[in-house]
Amino acid sequence: MIKFFYIIVACFTFISSSVHANLAYITNEKDNTVSVIDIKKKKVIKTVKVGQRPRGIIMSKDGKLVLICASDDDRVEVRDAETMKLKYHLPSGPDPELFILSPDDSTLYIANEDDAMVTVVDMNDKMIIDDIPVGVEPEGMGLTNNGKILVNTSETTNMAHFINAETLEIVENVLVDARPRVAMFTPNDKEVWVSAEIGGTVKVINPNSKEVTHTIGFEIPGVNEESIQPVGVRHTKDGKYTFVALGPANRIAVVDQKTKKVIKYLLVGQRVWQLAFTPDQKTLLSTNGVSNDVSFINVDKLKVEKSIKVGRFPWGVVISPQ
Amino acid sequence: MRAKVFLIISIFISFSLSFVIEARELSIQQLEERKKADKERKKEREKRGAKEFQKEVTLTTDIIFISKERETPPVLSNLDPILEDEGFYGVKLAIEDNLTTGRFLGHDYKVEFHRILLEENLEIEFKKLLKQGKKIFVVDLNEDELLSLMKIPEIDDVLIFNVRAKNDSLRNENCRKNFFHIPPSYSILSDALTQYLVKKKWKKWFLVTGPDKNDQIYSDALKSSAKKFNVKIKEEKIWNFTADLRRTAGKEVPIFTKGSKYDVLVVADEDGEFGEYLAYRTWDPRPIVGTQGLKPNSWHRTHEQWGATQMQNRFRRESGRWMTEVDYHSWTAVRAIGETITRIQVNDVDEMRKYLLGEKFGLGAYKGVKVSFRSWNGQLRQPILLAAPRSMVSVSPQEGYIHPVSELDTLGKDQPESTCKF
Repeated sequence: MIKFFYIIVACFTFISSSVHANLAYITNEKDNTVSVIDIKKKKVIKTVKVGQRPRGIIMSKDGKLVLICASDDDRVEVRDAETMKLKYHLPSGPDPELFILSPDDSTLYIANEDDAMVTVVDMNDKMIIDDIPVGVEPEGMGLTNNGKILVNTSETTNMAHFINAETLEIVENVLVDARPRVAMFTPNDKEVWVSAEIGGTVKVINPNSKEVTHTIGFEIPGVNEESIQPVGVRHTKDGKYTFVALGPANRIAVVDQKTKKVIKYLLVGQRVWQLAFTPDQKTLLSTNGVSNDVSFINVDKLKVEKSIKVGRFPWGVVISPQ
Repeated sequence: MRAKVFLIISIFISFSLSFVIEARELSIQQLEERKKADKERKKEREKRGAKEFQKEVTLTTDIIFISKERETPPVLSNLDPILEDEGFYGVKLAIEDNLTTGRFLGHDYKVEFHRILLEENLEIEFKKLLKQGKKIFVVDLNEDELLSLMKIPEIDDVLIFNVRAKNDSLRNENCRKNFFHIPPSYSILSDALTQYLVKKKWKKWFLVTGPDKNDQIYSDALKSSAKKFNVKIKEEKIWNFTADLRRTAGKEVPIFTKGSKYDVLVVADEDGEFGEYLAYRTWDPRPIVGTQGLKPNSWHRTHEQWGATQMQNRFRRESGRWMTEVDYHSWTAVRAIGETITRIQVNDVDEMRKYLLGEKFGLGAYKGVKVSFRSWNGQLRQPILLAAPRSMVSVSPQEGYIHPVSELDTLGKDQPESTCKF
């Protein structure tokens, strides 16, 4: 009996000590699980069962909550980041795919792929405040630092919708290339980059004039043009690099954030989709859907350091802020 | 105490069991729930007085969908219902997609559905529509019907999107510069299948061809694919039994297939008159491919990659049934029209034709890569799904078949082989 007690204590200390480590949370679309990775050790420390077809995953700014789009359950799960226990569900429209929290964590904007709406949820009341009709199959969600401009991309309509986050009304619609997946503001909010999976490009849009200022294309020797499918986009805070995940090209493009020129291609796992930085921005993680692994990239050296196995079809990734 | 634990465990098990069962059957049930939820949300939205973004309409495009009433053929398999609304929901969904995009650009789309009845004459009805000034047509017609349309002199001034006929002749000797072909041709389908069989090293074929004209055409396409990819046709037979196979297949098929050495039985039976009855009855244990068994398709209900799940869900929610190939072709045709107008901002027939056949055109159509039109014959370039009735097996073109322009052009007749001249 006493021995048993010790084991419990030991488990407890292990869990609480792991909280301070940097953790990455990976949604495995086909397994209905989330893999929790200890970034320092580069190891999966926990696999948690979650709702059906988990895709988008984010965390609250304080790192206490993990939010998961359970696409086939038509709802968003809110879990305790420490224990990964389900705290409550948030309502969403059908088939939530990607979402974003306002800077003060009070409002959640969800792209509902199945019904052409961006759903706005009040995080305190846990209620839907509004639905904003957008294009068909909305997906990418980008927000400025001050939380005033929301950009949503729609995959079939091929547009970036600029939404005033206060009035929740569409201000402007910008045509981009086929199947836009991710919208990401640069750290200074002066540009928003939109990746187009089928179009094979990234469009850089000026959020004030709503004009496309650059179109970034990708060419990789030995890789056919059709398999270059840009999805995940992440900017370094220092304004130096932008990383673009190229899907079945199995590579991440490193783009000069200022000149918009491709510097390098990093070979990672198969069908690389989403990306996330560690808080110090020294490491970038990528989810490789077909090879079922996550790659660790050293941002200073621009080198892939390691890949580790996770569940089936890893889709989204988020890293704890502390 | 122990009993209580057991009770809890059994409750837990039955709970999780019921959850599993529910999860499996979510299809119809969940779709119904979503439909209901959609309606409620719409009501709430209206209550809140939420506005939709709507730019003033500056461009309106009319699209005409034409289908034809047909005499239902006697089928041996009574599993699948005969659909009278093929194409309808595909057009409907695509129009909704176009309208959503159009709302942001000031583009409006209108669609008319015309069904030509058995006692009506297609050419006469079509001429009426031409007289009304209609310009853009999506047509669910077969080869002969399309050929009869080509005889109308004014036909050159409109755009025709073929969503049913797979015949190679329409893309070659009988091609027209304003006819676009969404379905993969028989030669594209046979190449897609052959590439996979070659990859499997199943290079000895027993080819069985049905009695219909299209069976013969498909069979010819399979023979040219065999030649192209160096496959040997060891045995070739025509199926001309007239008996109802439901009761006699067990006796007929073994004798029919006895005595040949082959890897796969390749069947060309478009209407499913006998093909379904070959499996498990051949003399030697051999897989069936072609129009039955492993089949090359443009769309299939097992397809779920590249966002196809969304399309399948949206379609089923709308129609209450699975999306067929003709539905998918109709969706693609109307989306291609919408995509063109979105990009060039006009709906002039000549401008549209140029854009559709040009290099800039590309459409996301749930196939992993963009689909586009071959500039030399108006055929849609697309990956082909190789599917068994309940599982997706592979997608062609297969790895390793390379092409200077697009790997999709390793399927079917490429530009140098094409006899089409615009």
